[in-house]
Amino acid sequence: MDENNAALNKITEDLTFHIRITRGFKIWMGFLLIGLCICLYAYTLQLRFGLGVAGIRDYVSWGMYLSNFVFFVATSLIGMLISGVLGLIGIKWITPVARIAEIIAVAFAAIAGLVIIMDMGRPDRLAYVFIYGRFQSPILWDVTVVTTYFVLSALLLFLTLISDIAWVHKKTDHLPGWVKKSYQVLSLNWTDTPEKNRIIRRCVRILLILIIPCALAIHTITSWLFAMTTRAGWDSTLFGPYFVTGAFVSGGSAVIIAMYFFQKNYKLHNYITNQHFNNMGKLLALVMLVYLYFNINEFLVPGYKLKTAEAINLHDLFTGRFAFLFWVVQIGWLILPITLILFRKMRAPLPLLIIALAIFISSWFKRYIIVVPVQEHPYLPIQYVPYNFKVYTPTLTEIAITLSSFFMALIIITLLSKFFPVVPIRETAIERGLVEENN
Amino acid sequence: MEEHPKNEHNQDNQQNPEPENPKQASRRKFLRNIGLIGAGAAAGAAALFSGDIFEKAKKKGGKKSVLLTQDNKLVEVDSLELKALEKSPEQQMQIRGREGIPGRRWIWVIDLSKCRNARQCIAACQAAHHLRPDQFHINTLQIQENPHTPSFHMPKPCQHCDNPPCVSVCPVDATFKRPDGPVLIDNERCIGCRFCIAACPYSARMLNWIKPKFEEQDKDLPYNIELNIPQRIGTITKCLMSSDRLREGKLPYCVSACPNGVYYFGDENEDTVTNGTTKESVRLSTLLSENGAYQLLPELGTKPRVYYLPPKNRLFPFEPSKDAEPKKI
Repeated sequence: MDENNAALNKITEDLTFHIRITRGFKIWMGFLLIGLCICLYAYTLQLRFGLGVAGIRDYVSWGMYLSNFVFFVATSLIGMLISGVLGLIGIKWITPVARIAEIIAVAFAAIAGLVIIMDMGRPDRLAYVFIYGRFQSPILWDVTVVTTYFVLSALLLFLTLISDIAWVHKKTDHLPGWVKKSYQVLSLNWTDTPEKNRIIRRCVRILLILIIPCALAIHTITSWLFAMTTRAGWDSTLFGPYFVTGAFVSGGSAVIIAMYFFQKNYKLHNYITNQHFNNMGKLLALVMLVYLYFNINEFLVPGYKLKTAEAINLHDLFTGRFAFLFWVVQIGWLILPITLILFRKMRAPLPLLIIALAIFISSWFKRYIIVVPVQEHPYLPIQYVPYNFKVYTPTLTEIAITLSSFFMALIIITLLSKFFPVVPIRETAIERGLVEENN
Repeated sequence: MEEHPKNEHNQDNQQNPEPENPKQASRRKFLRNIGLIGAGAAAGAAALFSGDIFEKAKKKGGKKSVLLTQDNKLVEVDSLELKALEKSPEQQMQIRGREGIPGRRWIWVIDLSKCRNARQCIAACQAAHHLRPDQFHINTLQIQENPHTPSFHMPKPCQHCDNPPCVSVCPVDATFKRPDGPVLIDNERCIGCRFCIAACPYSARMLNWIKPKFEEQDKDLPYNIELNIPQRIGTITKCLMSSDRLREGKLPYCVSACPNGVYYFGDENEDTVTNGTTKESVRLSTLLSENGAYQLLPELGTKPRVYYLPPKNRLFPFEPSKDAEPKKI
């Protein structure tokens, strides 16, 4: 019994070890906040002078901001894949990874909502979407499901945290009183009784079931922003699944990056093990193979027929202005990583981190080459307009505003992971047989 | 646990209320009936009285006023029923701008054999709508469909589709299809999401990316939805078929400005279109069938309200324009 208690204490100590304000945390947060302030200054310029401070113009009118929106929505989908799909199937190894995926889901879904406001010509009229909303418009569908997904993800994260927060509350004597008090409030006075556990388990299960169709909906509808138009290159019935599978790739790489940093900085080597990296690597390989399949469909089918408008678009991607980016993304992001990940050595933490970083960055550019090139080739020629209307080049202000979204997402992830246990304490204890499940 | 029997006792009480005295009950019923009859009588008397007052007032008024309605009809209205309108001129412009002109179906025919890229239509349009030189509600494009067919100049306004993709995707009903044909934009409603730009296959829409050219000068004008003035930053601007001119019974700005007789404009219901240069009216159906008229990208299912007559027997040889680019913004 004493041995049991000692082990339990060790787990609790280990998993709450990072809940303290360190110098590293202050420096990191300071960096993020300064970066965010600089980028928000760029946004004030856009508020003052209009969307014209960005490089987008009448022909390429959806540029970096919208690519970034698609990327944020995409990355947030990983919460549904890991907690929802794998969790409901009953895969055991996801326990220490699930919360990381949920934190990423919450952060990216929340910021996706802000990113789309950055893209509005009149952000002051945001409320009009609710006052005058017309349900024919896919934008309204998108607003509805992204909000729902954010709420579901946040609820899921919170419900699975309640028991852990109660445990943390007991272990945080080194923190100021008000922090301790807030833990108590957040834990909703949870105690280890069968009834409370049953309620939480039921709610979590309902959320896990709801979150799957909702997550599929957010990215399918985001893809419909393009697929519902008649433009060659976007006018594809494949866009829904093409986007959804791509989302798992960018989200999976984000989880691997986060796992690596949490393992190193929060000293979680005994909980996030090499085996977890190995498994995540395999999962990533699987979703990338599926994505590769959709890529082949998306390019080979129109590429075989070469209908006039499609051909112009494909030439631009394969050999034209976007060829370099296209091949880097397709080979460097898809084919090369898939090949590498198939080797077990490449699924060790450090090599996998490097591969995941490459995938994460190029999956941003993948959105860019889905969104931008198509608009440079409308059906009718672009004439009598300045050169910068014909060829889209992002401006520095635009890049800074785009970066602000990453700073905000990182701030949310940092805070959530700093003040709450990244690896679920109770679940880990139950898995190791230290606590009765108490049903 | 102690409270349990007490509760049961209460419930018993509620289930068996004390029986009422039958006599008392019938008296209550009688009084209620009297009350109802009284109230009914009072209401009837009040109705008669007010009707009487109204009849007297009608006789006293009796004067008729002759008024001109918005669609140019003379009507007679009793002076008693005349009320001053409470809506501001701006609100009235909004309402009529969304309702359109009853009974009309505006239609546009562009004769490509006559266009020599004089660009007068563009100048007139940009002046009327207070646009910058890079903003084209209408533009003439140089088209060559394949290397073996001749090039020609093609004026391209908004196609005012009957199945407009831009209207379908608008999340706030800022852009809308009017019953008389044109697709308009309400820049007091537009949120600048630019979904309509993405959806339009004719590249007919543009955004005020920066401060509009005449922002200072126009800022006190009431917003005219049929002219889209004042232009507003961060909102869409587009060809409006000169709806303000149609309301005055005039041809659109571009149509009147053309020196070469390219444009015919008219009412599909009357089957008549008028040439903007010669002012000659012709039968629409004859014009279309005799010249083999066609539409732009009909395979997309947008049902444009603009017809093109092919560039055969051209009046002028094709001279490529220098494609002078306006200043970068």
